Amino acid sequence: MGRSVYLDYSATTPTDARVVEAMMPYFTTFFGNASSAHRYGRKAEQAVEDARATIARLLHCKHEEVVFTSCGSESNNLALRGAGVARKQREGRGHLVTTPIEHSAVGKTVDVLCDTMGFTKSLVSVSRDGRVDSEAFVETLREDTAVASVIYANNEVGTVQPIAQLAAVARQKGVLFHTDAVQAAGQLSLDVRELGVDMMSLSAHKFYGPKGVGALYVREGVPLVPSQSGGSHEGGRRAGTLNTPLIVGMAKALQLAYEEREQRLAHYLHLRNMLKEGILSRVSDVEVTGHPEQRLPSHISFIFGGIDGNQLLMHLDIRGVAASSASACKTGNPEPSGVLLALGYSREQALGSLRLSVGQDTTEDDVIFAIDAIVDAVTALRKLKASLGR
Amino acid sequence: MSGGVDSSVAAALLVEQGYEVVGMMMRLWSDEAMGGAEHNRCCTPEQMADARRIADSLGIPFYVLDTKDVFRATVVEYFISQHREGVTPNPCMECNRHIRFDYLLKNALALGADYLATGHYARIRCNETGAFQLLKGIDDQKDQSYVLSVMGQAQLAQTLFPVGEFPKTEVRALAARFGLRVESKKDSQDLCFLGKNDYRDFLKLHAPDVMTPGPIVLKDGQVVGQHSGLANYTIGQRKGLGVFHAEPLYVIAMNPYRNALVVGTRDELGRSTLTAKRVNWVAGVAPAQPFRAQVKIRYKAAAAPALVTPLEDGRMHVAFDEPLRDIAAGQGAVVYDGDVCLGGGIIEPLAG
Repeated sequence: MGRSVYLDYSATTPTDARVVEAMMPYFTTFFGNASSAHRYGRKAEQAVEDARATIARLLHCKHEEVVFTSCGSESNNLALRGAGVARKQREGRGHLVTTPIEHSAVGKTVDVLCDTMGFTKSLVSVSRDGRVDSEAFVETLREDTAVASVIYANNEVGTVQPIAQLAAVARQKGVLFHTDAVQAAGQLSLDVRELGVDMMSLSAHKFYGPKGVGALYVREGVPLVPSQSGGSHEGGRRAGTLNTPLIVGMAKALQLAYEEREQRLAHYLHLRNMLKEGILSRVSDVEVTGHPEQRLPSHISFIFGGIDGNQLLMHLDIRGVAASSASACKTGNPEPSGVLLALGYSREQALGSLRLSVGQDTTEDDVIFAIDAIVDAVTALRKLKASLGR
Repeated sequence: MSGGVDSSVAAALLVEQGYEVVGMMMRLWSDEAMGGAEHNRCCTPEQMADARRIADSLGIPFYVLDTKDVFRATVVEYFISQHREGVTPNPCMECNRHIRFDYLLKNALALGADYLATGHYARIRCNETGAFQLLKGIDDQKDQSYVLSVMGQAQLAQTLFPVGEFPKTEVRALAARFGLRVESKKDSQDLCFLGKNDYRDFLKLHAPDVMTPGPIVLKDGQVVGQHSGLANYTIGQRKGLGVFHAEPLYVIAMNPYRNALVVGTRDELGRSTLTAKRVNWVAGVAPAQPFRAQVKIRYKAAAAPALVTPLEDGRMHVAFDEPLRDIAAGQGAVVYDGDVCLGGGIIEPLAG
């Protein structure tokens, strides 16, 4: 095997060595159950509450407003099901508002609520560069709207939404506002006072924390029916023994991300722009998807004309480059990206996407290597297509 | 790689021989109309998971190639259209012609591969003049050269059949030696794109017109019964016709224009000649003279001695020493010189 270059940090990041170090004692030495009253339990509880305090400080919220979960998907589920069901029961509000470019953990959850629990939904239109139109957003909010959910930064095309503006509009209309900040966390501001959101989902493994832990910010006073019942953990909002080491890891990772944010973002932006310019200057029939400026610093996404994204990933993997495509599928049954279709791209274009995302460990050499590999792979695939006459 | 024993052992042998191996599976078909997990026999989620695990255990990459559109256009549409013309096609030959040794081979080469290897039971030899020959697999019971007779020199030069050098029993033993959890699996039999039902259900769903009932007639046109759709029958069939007659009757022909099933006595069934079209000569050129050879008219038929005469426009004429009872239009007529497969074509319907 030759060289390997990982350009899929939007899928997941390696756990920072300092985070692993912080977690280690809580697997073995301080293994207690944070709910236990004895000294073992107290040690774990202290670690969990310190972690909660760290995260609350970074979010500018109260400790009790942070609910630990197992992942970003669970946070999204808890926000939509929890607040949606609560408002429907108490106030008869059975309408949900979201966008056609959400992660499936939001999109599918809204659909399940509509299919099984009598909710209705409206989708806000988005522009070709992936921005939610705030005027259109206002118009979709109704008297009976329970929750509006808008993704902070899109995973596929990287576009960042004007969350503060949208959340303010929702508040005026008495609509609870949730944002899926899974991709944004570690790069964009998570100050919930500035953002004005009622709920916000996070996932640790996107910012050099461990997999298997997430959090949901829930503003005080937001009604929430637990989606997982059992013990009275997390203020009765999420049953289940607290995963002390992973929670400690999440807090440490988030703390490091915001302490080192300036230099990390400068590093990401430099490499991301190198990738963008290298590919645009050396490949024909290619366009950048998402917003040119309002996008995640680590993220760049493309559509290559006449190229199947799945095949491109295969060719890049053979050449040592790990990337991602919106239609990525290990079963040979690719579906066009729903996000790209919603942005107005054709079915064929929506099958030809490539997402590259850089991280802390990415180097300039990696980027140069990856650009060469992409140029070679696209050339080989276009030649193949011509030889097959298809 | 299908997750089955043959392709898994083929991959393991190549890894052992020091090749840099990449595992590939083709997603050929996804028939939602057939419903649920039974929608196809090939490339099910279980087979994909099996193949992926085998690739992981061999330490090789594994990819699934989306082949649905080209498979539908070249194999499934052909299967349906041939049934519509009243012939019994061999879709595996078309799959090897258009999919494995064209679409897949070109994809493999584009990935930077030097060879495409498959789990087929056949062998490839390079003779003293540098020409490639296609040989039967060592295991006569498993030999698949019949469906590979569509291959030419360019394909043979870039293909490897690692298990063709072994009898099936030894391949199973090799699977055990390599620690591959595939030994107990059954061999696949039917067409891969059919669901748990047979090809008749498939046609009912996808080409209901070929399943229209019509008359059963004698050669002179006399109606002796009713059939349930031409595709339900095959040449040489006696049972299940539901016709009462002085002598036992056999299916001897199909007339798609009148949607009639032609039956006749045992004497009328046998034929000793056929013509075939779209003939592929493995050597790349047709033999200049008529020659003695052995010809197989079905995958599982014995090779029968015959005189083969290459004709103009890619056709050939075959005169068997003894009449054969089940020559069916649409099947392959594949020509052998002992173990060497010389090529083959598609049997044409009887004129008139």
